[in-house]
Amino acid sequence: MTAPAVETRPATSVWSMYRAIVGIGLACALLIVAVFQGTADRIRQNQAEALKKALAEVLPQATSVLAVVDDGGSLVPREGADLPVFLGYDENGRLIGAAITGIGMGYQDNIRVLYAYSFAEEAITGFKVLESKETPGLGDKIEVEPHFVANFEALDVRLNPDGSALANALVTVGEGEKQSPWELDGITGATITSVAIGDILNGSAQQWVPLLNRYRDQYAMRPEAPPASEEGS
Amino acid sequence: MSTPTTHTDEFIKGLWRDNPVFIQVLGMCPALAVSNTAMNALTMGLATSFVLLMSGLSVSALARFIPREARIVCYICIIASFVTTVDYAIMAISLELHKSLGAFISLIVVNCLILGRSEAFASKNSMGRAAADALGMGVGFTAALLSIGMVREILGAGTLFNVELFPEGYQTWTVMVLPSGGFFAMAVWLLVVNAIKQRQETAARLKEEAS
Repeated sequence: MTAPAVETRPATSVWSMYRAIVGIGLACALLIVAVFQGTADRIRQNQAEALKKALAEVLPQATSVLAVVDDGGSLVPREGADLPVFLGYDENGRLIGAAITGIGMGYQDNIRVLYAYSFAEEAITGFKVLESKETPGLGDKIEVEPHFVANFEALDVRLNPDGSALANALVTVGEGEKQSPWELDGITGATITSVAIGDILNGSAQQWVPLLNRYRDQYAMRPEAPPASEEGS
Repeated sequence: MSTPTTHTDEFIKGLWRDNPVFIQVLGMCPALAVSNTAMNALTMGLATSFVLLMSGLSVSALARFIPREARIVCYICIIASFVTTVDYAIMAISLELHKSLGAFISLIVVNCLILGRSEAFASKNSMGRAAADALGMGVGFTAALLSIGMVREILGAGTLFNVELFPEGYQTWTVMVLPSGGFFAMAVWLLVVNAIKQRQETAARLKEEAS
């Protein structure tokens, strides 16, 4: 009985492996950079338009907004922040609220949201997802599930007596278990995403709500000659 | 089964005989997940078709330079690059559309249809044949997703491409736009496609016996 013939393949040289992998890697990198450069302006324009539309949705009473940043604990007017915050003014130039951008890890990737803070109600009164890669049909319910959206009709973010932090931390609870106005009614089937929204809002509100209230009087009226940051919403 | 010999045959086989969704049952994850509306299905189908075509052409052109041992990493690198370009392109066209497709655009990289066609066909054939095969598979994939998406949107939302189809008061079948609706629509289409295929095979067999 003879042994079966074994087909021998000539050994591939290390050089040809390097050549293929590094060469293709470089070509792919060039392609990605070229496409990124070619689409960056258009994407930025789309993002600006989406932000403007979201501002109009979360702060419908505001006729103008002023972009501000947290400059080492001081609130100063400035545009171009990674996570922009806008003070909203009514037609008489009175400060009515703020639209705050928050970001945090969801189930798939970072979720970027915009929410409205009302000085009068001391509550979050509007919410919009700006960027999300959550699973369609599951995680993306945070935008459409009626009982979850209802959380943002008046989500309590009152400050503690010394104004240094929220009186009650925002927290997501199980679906149908909401007892207090600072709790978010979660979504069964999108637990991680709905809990992530609670964490994002809590982290962001703990930073911004005390700061905005400290500077509320200073920005109570729209500045006479607002910087170029003013835009209609 | 006859072996395709022309570019037209390579193109046509993906539309029906070897349809990636209804016959090969490949790429089920996006086919079920993002076919909740006709627009999402069409966008996902076109994005996948573009990646199929470009990666097929690239793999076919570079096949001689890619050692067998390094082929998978090279194919994935090529496919991932074209998926990234599609990702940027969709963001440039519409952020809403990009948001509605969620992570599934990025996940085209691991769609077994694309790696499968690169490995099984493009790497062994000329660029012309690879392009014909990729286009046929892409059109077949898009048509399958669109047929699922249209059924789901019409029943689940009462619209088609966001155009209202029914008078006010139409009771929508919400389950159809939920994930389970994808399985229902897929099952019905598989029944229809298999029934047609069986009928064709029976007719062909009877014709053969008669002659």
